Amino acid sequence: MNKGVAITGMGIISAIGNDVEENFRSLINSEKGISKTDNIPTIHKDEIMFGEIKKSNEDLIAELGLPADNNFTRTALLGAFAAKQAVEDAGIRDINEYKTGLINSTSVGGMDTTEKHYYEYFENPETVKFIASHDGGDVSQKISEVIGLEGFVTTISTACSSAANAIMLGARMIKAGKLDRVIVGGTDGLAKFTINGFKTLMILTDSYNTPFDNDRKGLNLGEAAAFLVLESDEIVEREGKKVLARVSGYANANDAYHQTASSENGEGAFLAMQKAFKVADLDPTQIDYINMHGTATPNNDLSEGRAVARIYEGKNVPYFSSTKAFTGHTLAAAAAIEAVYSVLAIQNGVVYPNLNFKTKMAEFDLVPQTEIKYKNIDYVLSNSFGFGGNCSTVIFSKN
Amino acid sequence: MAKTYINGIGCVSAQATVDGFPSEFALDENTNFLELVKPEYKDYFSPIASRRMAKGVKNGIVASTLAMKEAGIENLDAIITGTGMGCIEDSDKFLKAIIDNNEQFLTPTSFIQSTHNTVASTIAINLGCKAYNFTYVNGAVSFESALVDAKLQFDADEVSNVLVGGIDEMTEYTKSLFKLAGFIKPDESGPHKILGSHTKATVFSEGATFFMLSDTKTESTYAELVDIETINKLELSKVGHKAIEFLKANNLTQHDIDAVVLGFDGDVEFDEYYKELAREFAFTPQVYYKHVSGEYNTASAFGLYVGSNVLKNQEIPQQLKVNEVEKPSYHKILLYNQYRGIDHSFTLISI
Repeated sequence: MNKGVAITGMGIISAIGNDVEENFRSLINSEKGISKTDNIPTIHKDEIMFGEIKKSNEDLIAELGLPADNNFTRTALLGAFAAKQAVEDAGIRDINEYKTGLINSTSVGGMDTTEKHYYEYFENPETVKFIASHDGGDVSQKISEVIGLEGFVTTISTACSSAANAIMLGARMIKAGKLDRVIVGGTDGLAKFTINGFKTLMILTDSYNTPFDNDRKGLNLGEAAAFLVLESDEIVEREGKKVLARVSGYANANDAYHQTASSENGEGAFLAMQKAFKVADLDPTQIDYINMHGTATPNNDLSEGRAVARIYEGKNVPYFSSTKAFTGHTLAAAAAIEAVYSVLAIQNGVVYPNLNFKTKMAEFDLVPQTEIKYKNIDYVLSNSFGFGGNCSTVIFSKN
Repeated sequence: MAKTYINGIGCVSAQATVDGFPSEFALDENTNFLELVKPEYKDYFSPIASRRMAKGVKNGIVASTLAMKEAGIENLDAIITGTGMGCIEDSDKFLKAIIDNNEQFLTPTSFIQSTHNTVASTIAINLGCKAYNFTYVNGAVSFESALVDAKLQFDADEVSNVLVGGIDEMTEYTKSLFKLAGFIKPDESGPHKILGSHTKATVFSEGATFFMLSDTKTESTYAELVDIETINKLELSKVGHKAIEFLKANNLTQHDIDAVVLGFDGDVEFDEYYKELAREFAFTPQVYYKHVSGEYNTASAFGLYVGSNVLKNQEIPQQLKVNEVEKPSYHKILLYNQYRGIDHSFTLISI
């Protein structure tokens, strides 16, 4: 077994809570955060629901103590909010004391702001400051400003697997000794751009999403940000740090099948899981809980389910659930919030319920855990898949 | 620990680079945007496929095809791309449709193609390549982030052949926004001297540059990629020190460097960084390239293309010289880039 890289802090904001504790409470109380939108002026607001964070941009600006003339986008605000929590949770006083990096991820970047001011830029000089806030890199620059980090800063954008890839790169850089400490995660705010994008793909449900249900109708789009602090064993030892859990396996593979659809047998997902087991030096049967990607689209759940069934052919499939029914699909941030949930599952010995499930899928014999289940959990496997056939798996382990 | 060699390069840019490293670069000081020299797309795609794809995707496929062909590599262990702005042609198109039609009558094509990793995944689909596939979007270190990732995998002996590229495209609307924000020099304000500029903002362009990295030295090898370091923020006065530190980490001093490739882009506000480094390397041959490539978030990939060719040809093209210092031979080159004072990168190549 691979010892893995230490996780020493976590921060999160999602539709089910503004910090780690609130998120955990919602998960164990089966309280989902899917609602009508209050913040987005979309014409679809009466037909669809979202995993929306109810804090407005103004709330977030005030809580972060930013100056009035700031040019933070919602994605950057959420990211900074969660990253700050993670840094505090890890008990970091001087962020640049060690060779520290930030590996952020986002898919929409500053699109939430661009779409508001797109034509207004030429009429309202006050909006011009936001032109520089459109790209993904700006989000990470803003987060590093808020936490005061100067060093290695980058951003990954591989659609809905982005944050898993950020965790992966961070773990690899710590292992290679390139960084002593790294803050990894992702952030995505809700935007009309993605709402309409997913709507044209006809993969949004008009109700609550129902992962792995035979009659699933699609996903609820959500917004969130979450970050983990990864630290080298040298720092952990020197400072006597509490290790929350470890990142012990990871892999990325490509489905190489279609830009937006997964292959029917889930080849990419299968390869990602297989490679992650190899990196972690674990047998698939050692996994105690799988936090599925489980977006509740017909295509994802079929493809992912088949891949899991292939991995566990002739063996018992571990307890599994998707937490997307709680949070909605938070795109680039999905793997980051689910990483926090995975660590909490290990710490508290709990399998979260897969909400809204009624009928087993016809194609295979997989039934998610629908009630909360307390048991010892040593290993959690978390899947995340994105457009472009991007398939990622991260394995978390008990310290 | 395996070494990392640059064994093939493909470049689509404002120069005729598709046909190889130019012996003569086209210079136009009167424009604020250097137009792309378009490849013969029909040599690479069917007209139907070509219509469906945005410029950046097409350029990325052309450049990656050229890089792989030159290195004679068909199987990849990883595809890693960097793009500062992503697929803005399609995201502009989709966003305009949303706003202009009040969120109605939309089709998914441009949304699908607007995802940042479209180039990397299209290459994977075309090649049937199921390997590791990452895309970085971090301003002026988007491409360098991809290099850092690739190097990490070579260092760990996990890969033999990795395709790495930087792609950025421009649209008319984004161009107009960049002029409004003061990133692109105003229309009709030329001529623009990139060296010794007294005005703010830059001359922009777009392009795609791909590198075939391998763990084996071959006939087609340009150089060894020795190290890359990026840093989000750096005080002007510390640039020289940082460069020396970077060299020291590689057991080198500034006297070991035979040429520096600097990202001068004609923005008087931020070219100070390059001047600072140029002072530190006053007795070293200095190279610049953004007067021929234009500025864009992944223009530094064009810089690496220039640096690699200097090592291969053992000569600095006259049009790219900052100073008149020469060396009898070129073995080690340091590249430095930043954009608007952030996202600094140091890259070291060697033969």
